[in-house]
Amino acid sequence: MKMEVKVREITESSIQEVAEKALIIRQDIIKMLGESGSGHTGGSLSAADIVSCLYFWEMNVDPQRPQQEERDRFVLSKGHAAPVLYAALAEKGYFQREELAKLRKLGSPLQGHPDMRKVPGVDASTGSLGQGISWAVGMALAGKMDRRSNRVYALLGDGEIEEGIVWEALMAASHYHLDNLVAFLDHNGLQIDGPIREVMSPEPVADKFRAFGWETLIVDGHNHRQIMEALATARSTSGRPTVIIADTVKGKGCSFMENRAEWHGTAPNKEQVTQALAELGQV
Amino acid sequence: MEKQATRDAYGQALVELGRKYDNVVVLDADLSKSTKTADFAKVFPERFINAGIAEQNMIGMAAGLAASGKVAFASSFAIFATGRAFEMVRNSLAYANLNVKVCATHAGLTVGEDGGSHQSVEDIAIMRSVPNICVVVPADGTSTRKAVTSIYQRTGPVYLRLGRPSVPILYDEGVDFTIGRGIELREGRDATLIACGIMVAKCLEAADSLHADGIEVSVVDMHTIKPIDQELIVRKARETGAILTVEEHSVLGGLGGAVCEVVCENYPVPVHRMGINDVFGQSGSPDELMQYYGLTVKKIIDNVHILMKKK
Ligand SMILES: Cc1ncc(C[n+]2csc(CCOP(=O)(O)OP(=O)(O)O)c2C)c(N)n1
Ligand SMILES: [Mg+2]
Repeated sequence: MKMEVKVREITESSIQEVAEKALIIRQDIIKMLGESGSGHTGGSLSAADIVSCLYFWEMNVDPQRPQQEERDRFVLSKGHAAPVLYAALAEKGYFQREELAKLRKLGSPLQGHPDMRKVPGVDASTGSLGQGISWAVGMALAGKMDRRSNRVYALLGDGEIEEGIVWEALMAASHYHLDNLVAFLDHNGLQIDGPIREVMSPEPVADKFRAFGWETLIVDGHNHRQIMEALATARSTSGRPTVIIADTVKGKGCSFMENRAEWHGTAPNKEQVTQALAELGQV
Repeated sequence: MEKQATRDAYGQALVELGRKYDNVVVLDADLSKSTKTADFAKVFPERFINAGIAEQNMIGMAAGLAASGKVAFASSFAIFATGRAFEMVRNSLAYANLNVKVCATHAGLTVGEDGGSHQSVEDIAIMRSVPNICVVVPADGTSTRKAVTSIYQRTGPVYLRLGRPSVPILYDEGVDFTIGRGIELREGRDATLIACGIMVAKCLEAADSLHADGIEVSVVDMHTIKPIDQELIVRKARETGAILTVEEHSVLGGLGGAVCEVVCENYPVPVHRMGINDVFGQSGSPDELMQYYGLTVKKIIDNVHILMKKK
């Protein structure tokens, strides 16, 4: 049973749009974390280009009909990067941008980690690392069962893949030939306690994914064209799931945050917000 | 009043323990700066194992270390140590009765902004239901340090529940901290407040204001939830005729459950359980959440009044 392959032409203007959206997402990440005073800055920024490509190029979703069955799904398996998802959803029109200022506040739908019962457009409640990729496999299985043409996307952290459940899920996805499933690996080289190679190395990651039966692509995770091309390759791959290993910089876009483990779970203060926004520049 | 987070006291205590005993090893799962095992790692890098983000393997490795003569202290957030790794704790540690101390921080609502996915409100109940596991929930920094020494000296698996925020220091070094024996911090004949963890300090505050209104309550720090101090509970039931349990945990199966089991089988008196009423938490500051879920001094006072009418 082969799905109809739909691959759109990647144009300069589509790349330009994704780049602009990524910048807006980054600005919103900084502003909302500045407001909340706590949260995960580094891993939200490292994933901004991937998430922008998904929501503003790749995925078939309709903010007016967030529960539509035929929609593509996105599972933020590294749920602590909730700000990048909330920023993308707001920009896409799922809810008012003003909501972003309530991140992590009592009573806000924008919980510290994504809650699918509280936010339209959030497809999975995540936050406990490793569990999201299993959800994504389940969603891809359901798509196959129901003969739907929708696709499922998941985003994993490179520390997150130290969890055993990730490899159980990867095994299941290739066992069931889930070519409707694409996982991104946000390969930023850092976890909380330091560099992944020093704390608990999951390397070499590409070899591992290949050994688990996944079509394995490697891109510069801040190069929109490369990400979009990899997504096209995934669409035309049949019989197995695709992983896109995105080499990224944790804290990307703000010089004082880049590649620094201490920015994993720290929010910027007022001056840092100003500096970060100045460095990010204008749309 | 001086304050310290119980997790900070834990980090200090591990270093002291490491200095005294060569067989102490410490494991963590990529949260060593938050759980404070990083303090130990700095002094004894060769006896520290970072499992990475792999709590199940951390517990499995701790079992292997303990089976080879080490006393293993394994730390993560409460939700992951008792939740993600539950079956490893149950079968590898408890069933085999191994000398592993699962010392989890960031328990309960006071995790704060990370939200409901990270706030363990059921860990005491889960751990208490497993044979062989001793469950300890210290109220302050001093008793945490005492508890770490005590659980080292006790053979077998232990669950030590610690918190994120700074809490008042209630005890001085001279405190008699014995596993399985509750500490009666205050004596009064009108009712008994039995609390654990960060709620002990709030009960003391409530007792002060009740005293101003002419109501005298006893306050018990029930730091060991299992084995629980039956004798003390029965005596307080007899002496005061009414018991209020107070915990930063679900009202199902934790301290409140444990006290009710003892009271109803031995000396039935009215009991009211204060805790989280069978719901998940959410994002918010620790103080806001304690307020929202009704874990306040004022609520303790209100509940004492209601309880006394039932006597
Ligand atoms: C099961 C589980 N264990 C521990 C944590 C705590 N935690 C949150 S983020 C994180 C590090 C994640 O590193 P990585 O996956 O590389 O994320 P990124 O660098 O993209 O932020 C940890 C250990 C968690 N959320 N879930
Ligand atoms: Mg990482």
